[in-house]
Amino acid sequence: MISDWFGIACTVVGVVFFFGGSIGLLRFPDFYTRLHALTKADNLGLGFVVLAGMVQADSWAVALKLLLIWFLVLVSSSTAAHLMAKSELSKGTPPWAKP
Amino acid sequence: MDEVYFFLAFLLLLSIVVGLGRVFAGPTPADRILAVQLAGTGRVAVLLVLARAANLGTLLDVVLVYALLAAVTQIAFVKIYSSAPPAPGNETDD
Repeated sequence: MISDWFGIACTVVGVVFFFGGSIGLLRFPDFYTRLHALTKADNLGLGFVVLAGMVQADSWAVALKLLLIWFLVLVSSSTAAHLMAKSELSKGTPPWAKP
Repeated sequence: MDEVYFFLAFLLLLSIVVGLGRVFAGPTPADRILAVQLAGTGRVAVLLVLARAANLGTLLDVVLVYALLAAVTQIAFVKIYSSAPPAPGNETDD
């Protein structure tokens, strides 16, 4: 019973983070700030959804599979974020400064 | 209980669609690939919530494949984009 409510609460927090990430992607003024918003949605949003799934899982195998999915997305998205930022920086795009 | 999860999956889908507006409006190709990355992770989250809502364990294997494909897409884009010349509209105005 309590795991049901905890699962729903964690999923709602994950949805909030995803909305924050996509609205930040629309509203931020610069590529680097948008990358920051995106990685927060990736890590925290998916992390909370996976936490909800792990609490509600039927067996340890399903819970570990969910954890593996989250680790995979973490590693790949953080590597990709570093790659994107480095390639954009080497092209000479200046970061946004407050006018 | 399952209806709540279906509604949350719909909200996640809505947030992906909202974030895809950056594909139209991004001044550089890097902004557009950021929106595609958000869609990729959003796909993973939607499928995870749907696996809980519809009680389908096989969706988790599909999610693993999606996560790997998103990583490969991103690396391929960076490899192509970093050797291309800078885009002409590359100043930082809004």
